[in-house]
Amino acid sequence: MKLTVNGDHVEVPNSVKTVAGLLVHFELHHKVVIVERNAEILEQAKHTETLIFDKDKIELVHFVGGG
Amino acid sequence: MNGRYSRQELFAPIGTEGQAKLRNKHVLIIGAGALGTGSAEMLVRAGIGKISIADRDYVEWSNLQRQQLYTEEEAEQRTPKAIAAKKRLKAINSEVEIRCHVMDVSVEEMERLVENVDLILDASDNFDIRMIINDISQKHRIPWIYSACVGSYGISYTIIPGETPCLNCLLENVPMGGVTCDTVGIISPAVQMVISFQMSEALKILVEDSLHLRNKLVSFDLWKNHHSSINVDKIKKADCPSCGTDRSYPYLSFSKQTKTAVLCGRDTVQIRPSQPMERDLESLDKDLSRQQGKVLRNPYLLSFSTAEHRLVIFKDGRVLIHGTKSISEAKTLYHRYLG
Ligand SMILES: [Zn+2]
Repeated sequence: MKLTVNGDHVEVPNSVKTVAGLLVHFELHHKVVIVERNAEILEQAKHTETLIFDKDKIELVHFVGGG
Repeated sequence: MNGRYSRQELFAPIGTEGQAKLRNKHVLIIGAGALGTGSAEMLVRAGIGKISIADRDYVEWSNLQRQQLYTEEEAEQRTPKAIAAKKRLKAINSEVEIRCHVMDVSVEEMERLVENVDLILDASDNFDIRMIINDISQKHRIPWIYSACVGSYGISYTIIPGETPCLNCLLENVPMGGVTCDTVGIISPAVQMVISFQMSEALKILVEDSLHLRNKLVSFDLWKNHHSSINVDKIKKADCPSCGTDRSYPYLSFSKQTKTAVLCGRDTVQIRPSQPMERDLESLDKDLSRQQGKVLRNPYLLSFSTAEHRLVIFKDGRVLIHGTKSISEAKTLYHRYLG
């Protein structure tokens, strides 16, 4: 499946089906992440149920604490 | 008049009018590390009326690569950051009133610090204090700017009470653990980029040009060449305990705070996280094994020894810090290794 993630064209395995799965794929699942799918912000509670499809445009922003 | 602000006044969105407004504003900066020193220097050079800076730490050699107000001598002397920062800032602009506080900021201190403050800049290194800043900001209706960076990555968001979502809306939960500048490092361009995002927004707020605020959550990775800017307005929650209609400011109450206690006669400080949690000792083992120190692990706890201290991290979240009686030193070590 081909996606655009943070502006980059990336290929992810077809086993990745949901937003939650995508976060695991990018090893971001332990972090607090804001996800935007096709210009639509998703609540954290929706990550598990939201499916992703070929050509989706995804923005992932994770929170960090350093300063 | 010596024209020291002339180039800033020539910049039309600020002008002499904006400059005069800046002169009457008071900014509170929480933390005097990389972000705090950079933001403070910009504000002081820009001719802010007054700044207050609070920090519990002292200058170390590893700070000098990016914390722009400090010198070798201060690292040698272990000068408190707030003291060293004030000295340098005074030398840069004697017209600015500079208040520096060597203190471990928690709720009580924060209530005192925000008096007559127009804007709070987050230059801290952990989410415990950020959630307190967030609640204080809502309670007193003072805007604040969340900013953070690690590695080559940075993030910033401007929170305007009554208009934007707050940090609690965005996070839902306080992030636990995670990487820190002391575990995966930090490069100064990432620091400077975050400061640029933070300070542009700060100037807009201080000269009262709210129309030009970015109104987006911005993040970037300078090494991976990523940039992201998303509108998060929709995340504002009507039932948010920090900014919603029926708000309770949970992080200003004692129960949500990280609790610390000096364990008598043991040269040890105990730190309990603000909410129940289970630590992943295995991944912690991996992270800490890359540090200079020795890691020992059993199913219940992990012990990490450096030359001077030993951290014992329990699965239930508690941490004992041996080798110190100072709560502020213990907190520094806690956040350095555990985020
Ligand atoms: Zn909120």
